[in-house]
Amino acid sequence: MTESQGDARKQVVNASLTLGAAVGVTALSFGLAAVSAGASVWQACTLSFFTFTGASQFSAMSVVGAGGSPAAAFGGAALLAVRNFVYGLVLAGRVAHDDEGRRFSLGRRLVAAHFVIDETTAMTTAQSSPRLARTAFWVTALSLFITWNLGTLVGALAGSVLDTRALGFDAAFPAAFLAMLPAHLRTSRGRAAAVTGAVVCLALTPFVPVGVAILVAVVGILFGVRP
Amino acid sequence: MSDAELWWLIIGLSAASYGLKIAGFVVVGGRTMPPVLERCLALIPASLLAALVVKDTFTTAQDVVVDARAVGLLVALIAVWRKAPFIVVVLAAMAATAIVRAIS
Repeated sequence: MTESQGDARKQVVNASLTLGAAVGVTALSFGLAAVSAGASVWQACTLSFFTFTGASQFSAMSVVGAGGSPAAAFGGAALLAVRNFVYGLVLAGRVAHDDEGRRFSLGRRLVAAHFVIDETTAMTTAQSSPRLARTAFWVTALSLFITWNLGTLVGALAGSVLDTRALGFDAAFPAAFLAMLPAHLRTSRGRAAAVTGAVVCLALTPFVPVGVAILVAVVGILFGVRP
Repeated sequence: MSDAELWWLIIGLSAASYGLKIAGFVVVGGRTMPPVLERCLALIPASLLAALVVKDTFTTAQDVVVDARAVGLLVALIAVWRKAPFIVVVLAAMAATAIVRAIS
């Protein structure tokens, strides 16, 4: 490996670890919010370990906190997880095989699949070479998996001993969703979809079971039909 | 929601999430989708996140309400606009909501 390749690799590792630290802080707020919504510490941690996709986890707990049905909580969260399917298509071309195009073993690909999320996709697709892409994927995956689960545990433990309502923990949900939103508002389509989602949700809330307005709000994606 | 229902939700969501990841990464692999489907799926987060912001700020069960959380959202909006880090956005909204609750 030449020196410049080594430098590039070091930069990728540093960026991935920094991202992991930032995600750990997000996980703290997830742990707090999940407990304030009525989940136990165990439940919050199990969700983070096995679901491992932030927006869906926040979404499910938000519907739980509002008193929605399991089906409604599942529906919105699963729709948000469709993103991970699309990311899988993108990443399969970059991290599922070695430089000679030989596919990695099924076991290795099944493990890698668990880490197909927003952050690993962003870090992996930003790299110039396949080798750096694989480094970015795995370092980001492992650093995020560790910080996401640790952060959830610490947040949930803190949340379970504090007066969550007086401290405004329920306000963590809309703030978290708002902070995730700007990345999706860069196009006019994205903005139209967001406004539609918000308006539909508010307009339907009094007339449908809790959590169902969120599902119907997904009609905003029809702005993607027109080329 | 009962404790058992919450566990079923966690199991179901974990299965769905991993299933979707495997479907894209392992089963379908590096193929491309019809452009119209790709464009629509890309808009899911915009629609749902905006709906979730509104739901978590302005509704309680089936009622549309304006309460302390609206102040929290306003503060979060300013923080996002000023490009504050994620945790600052969340903590600022929580603090603003807590303060309004404490004085009202």
